[in-house]
Amino acid sequence: MFGRLTWAAIPFDQPIIMITAGTIGTILAAILLIVTLKGRWPYLWREWITTVDHKRIGVMYMILALVMLVRGFADALMMRTQQALAANGALGYLPPEHYNQIFSAHGTIMIFFVAMPFVIGLMNFAVPLQLGVRDVAFPVLNSVSFWLSASGVLLVNLSLVVGEFARTGWLAYPPLSELAYSPGVGVDYYLWSLQIAGMGTLLSGINLTTTILKLRAPGMGYSRMPVFCWTALASNMLIVAAFPVLTATFAMLLLDRYCDFHFFTNELGGNPMMYVNLIWIWGHPEVYILILPAFGVFSEVVATFSGKPLFGYRSMVMATMAICVLSFFVWLHHFFTMGAGADVNGFFGIATMVIAVPTGVKVFNWLFTLYGGKIRFTVPVYWTLGFMVTFVIGGMTGVMMAIPPADFVLHNSLFLIAHFHNVAIGGVVFGVMAGYNYWFPKAFGFKLNETLGKAVFWCWCIGFYLAFMPLYALGLMGATRRMQHYTDPQWQPLNQVALAGALLIFCGIALTVVQLVVSIRTRDKHRDLTGDPWNGRTLEWSTPSPPPAWNFAILPQVARTDAYWAAKRDPEDMKRLLGERNYVPLHIPRNTPVGFFMAFFSFMLGFALIWRIWWLAVVGLMGLAVAGLMQAWRTDGEVHVSAQEVESADRAYSAQVRPA
Amino acid sequence: MSAAEHTLAGSAEIPVSLRGPASTRVVAGFGFWLFLLSDILIFAALFAAYSVLSGETAGGPSATDLFDRKHVFIETLCLLASSVTCGFGTLAVQRAQAAMVYFWMTLTFLLGATFLALEIGEFRDLVARGAGPSHSAFLSAFFTLVGTHGLHVTLGLCWMIVMLIQVATLGFRPMVVRRFFCFGLFWHALDIVWVGVFTIVYLGAR
Amino acid sequence: MEPQLQQSAQGDTPGVSAQTHGTHRTYLIGLGYALVLTLTSFWAASTDLVFPPGVPVLLGVLAIAQMGVHLVFFLNISSAPDQTNNFLALAFGIFAVALIVFGSMIIMANLNHNMMMPVE
Repeated sequence: MFGRLTWAAIPFDQPIIMITAGTIGTILAAILLIVTLKGRWPYLWREWITTVDHKRIGVMYMILALVMLVRGFADALMMRTQQALAANGALGYLPPEHYNQIFSAHGTIMIFFVAMPFVIGLMNFAVPLQLGVRDVAFPVLNSVSFWLSASGVLLVNLSLVVGEFARTGWLAYPPLSELAYSPGVGVDYYLWSLQIAGMGTLLSGINLTTTILKLRAPGMGYSRMPVFCWTALASNMLIVAAFPVLTATFAMLLLDRYCDFHFFTNELGGNPMMYVNLIWIWGHPEVYILILPAFGVFSEVVATFSGKPLFGYRSMVMATMAICVLSFFVWLHHFFTMGAGADVNGFFGIATMVIAVPTGVKVFNWLFTLYGGKIRFTVPVYWTLGFMVTFVIGGMTGVMMAIPPADFVLHNSLFLIAHFHNVAIGGVVFGVMAGYNYWFPKAFGFKLNETLGKAVFWCWCIGFYLAFMPLYALGLMGATRRMQHYTDPQWQPLNQVALAGALLIFCGIALTVVQLVVSIRTRDKHRDLTGDPWNGRTLEWSTPSPPPAWNFAILPQVARTDAYWAAKRDPEDMKRLLGERNYVPLHIPRNTPVGFFMAFFSFMLGFALIWRIWWLAVVGLMGLAVAGLMQAWRTDGEVHVSAQEVESADRAYSAQVRPA
Repeated sequence: MSAAEHTLAGSAEIPVSLRGPASTRVVAGFGFWLFLLSDILIFAALFAAYSVLSGETAGGPSATDLFDRKHVFIETLCLLASSVTCGFGTLAVQRAQAAMVYFWMTLTFLLGATFLALEIGEFRDLVARGAGPSHSAFLSAFFTLVGTHGLHVTLGLCWMIVMLIQVATLGFRPMVVRRFFCFGLFWHALDIVWVGVFTIVYLGAR
Repeated sequence: MEPQLQQSAQGDTPGVSAQTHGTHRTYLIGLGYALVLTLTSFWAASTDLVFPPGVPVLLGVLAIAQMGVHLVFFLNISSAPDQTNNFLALAFGIFAVALIVFGSMIIMANLNHNMMMPVE
């Protein structure tokens, strides 16, 4: 009746998990209670849960990512503490079976449920506004994508309390992840939550690629798009090309586990190396999916806050597309040591070094943009400068490991861990934080507190160096990754410094929350009334903050890059940009609960499949089908907005920006 | 939309990339095309696995022992014919000729169902002969690759039924016409994948 | 009975629609070519008339040709200006497919060769 699910799945005998679960449960219950008592459910349902507005969906992605950052970081703190304690005979406080789940969950959550939602959230929010259009290509699909990601999040978090998580590391290599060696539900939780979330991401990739290629304001040819949109295009093209491979590979592992197939098993002809090969065909483009939008954010930030156009627009675009294509030629560098010959290793080593070149082009373009500009040292600029130093270091250690003989020493050591955290934190996190501070006023109508923002930056920056520079040293000294304990007492001080760094980063995360609370409290003092708090260059700054549901009353007529900047300087240009103000009635997409229902039933399906409750899985599938069919027969998919409403909103905004 | 947008979108001298947002039909078609390409990439990964594992028979039967080319030839003809009937059906949708739509799509459905029946028959036969997917890596890869294609055909048949009901209940409104266009793309793409399957899996086994 | 909705989302201009549909003739021509290519493939796989190591190459060429026939005659992919995005997306897709299939085959062959048990 309930498959493999029994009461024994809940680890009542493990205090850490029970306390954590109790705390999370209490907080969740408190939130639900407060919302109920204040009668805010209709508002939440109408304005957020069923929204198809890209701006709201972008905000929801960011909130999801921020919450999961706390979960993933808790795992990190636990790992750092264990490694600071468990030296030379001491066993620490985490037994190996738990430690293995923790590092697996840490990696899985940080990549799939923190970094991806952050980046997709930023792109969702900013791209349609920058392109001068009203929404993404498929607004309902956008909602479905978000809610599928949320479904994956719920499954992963549930594994903490009901059952267990995978102990295989964040990529679940076979044969360890096969049924013979991981007979529990941990790997199944991993696989199903990622299949569901991965489907959401793929749909999002299709959505944004279509938006950028097919929906731009009149006159905005490709060479007039903001660079953030170019990097978003490259990133989303990579999503469309790479995520199917992840889906197929996980499907093969699932077939091995559920139906006794032999793709990657040790016996009957299976080949575990094939899994490693396929998973990294996805895995390498994945890291470029994460970093390219961050690069885009930095391009926007340096240009805006130096008051100059971005240096080398064309070379930036070419470098971006070069990175996009080249990212498919390097994946073997993740398994140099698996046994390929020197010729194959050499090809991929050289290709990996080549891909550093367009990245270097971008760094120089940013520097040349800053040079000679009147730089305003705002919080986004702090993150950008921190990124330039930190990411370059991380990139250089990457090029070191691109040399196969060097990688034979450094593969799977703490040096590798330090490298990828270097580029992930220094690149992706710093970029997301810059973008978050940069676009927050546009989303909510008031600026974030600058002082606290700078404090957050310093905590992250110094914390990062303290946490990871020792790991480079440890890697060179021979320390392997994923160690629950070690014998060399000389390694302990370095691990303790790393723990201090992690605690400093924790302060940074806490201060981010404080910054948000304080900014909300003092929002009236920092209102953005003009929609253009930074004296920006691109089209999103020509809308109110926050923009109305339809973004632009009349789509702008674009004649050049940085269209808004030019228009602010020349009244003739502004008139051309705004066009004739002939207000017409607008049709905008209507809200729909289909995304939420699909998430509900896909969660049911995932949970049922994990615990092998077949009847429940059928119910989940049928629910998905019914939700889809109901959406297919929906004929009232649009909301009519009268010309008067559009006109009065637009005139009110114009009065504030351009008092005639 | 403003008058300026009308003139901009309507004139032919302006390059496509400068005409502003494309029409819903173009947007939906392109988005679906991207989805199809991503689906083909799933097949690419499965083809890769098949190519790598096709020799791993673990002492059991190999491709040459198991495959019947006549059977595959009939399947191929069914699917190819169904692509053409589907094409005629889509043309009928464009011209809003309901009777023709039902006629051609019913033919397409029957041809697709025949394909599926033949394929299920082949699978059952293989399992009965002790060559089920759990007997070797080669067989796992074969059943998954060909089975995934068959699953897509099944989903296509279901989608076809839904589309016919949509025509019957909602008529030829733009939304339905768009979806029919997407369905046509899907059905043709399945035939393209099948060309790969019969070439690499069935004809490649020598 | 509801009036037919204009379904005008963002970019709809009444009267302007990029219809890229073939005619009945296009489909029948495509069918003809596809049949010829299919028959040739099946023949090539079982005949003795072709140099045996060349058969896989011939089959590959025939398969690619038939996929092209499908793309041009059934899916109406062309190099027309309003088809550019579709064409480029297809090119990117083909690039990715080739990389995944051939890249995996080369790498796995290399790995399998190097990881084989040593000959005593």
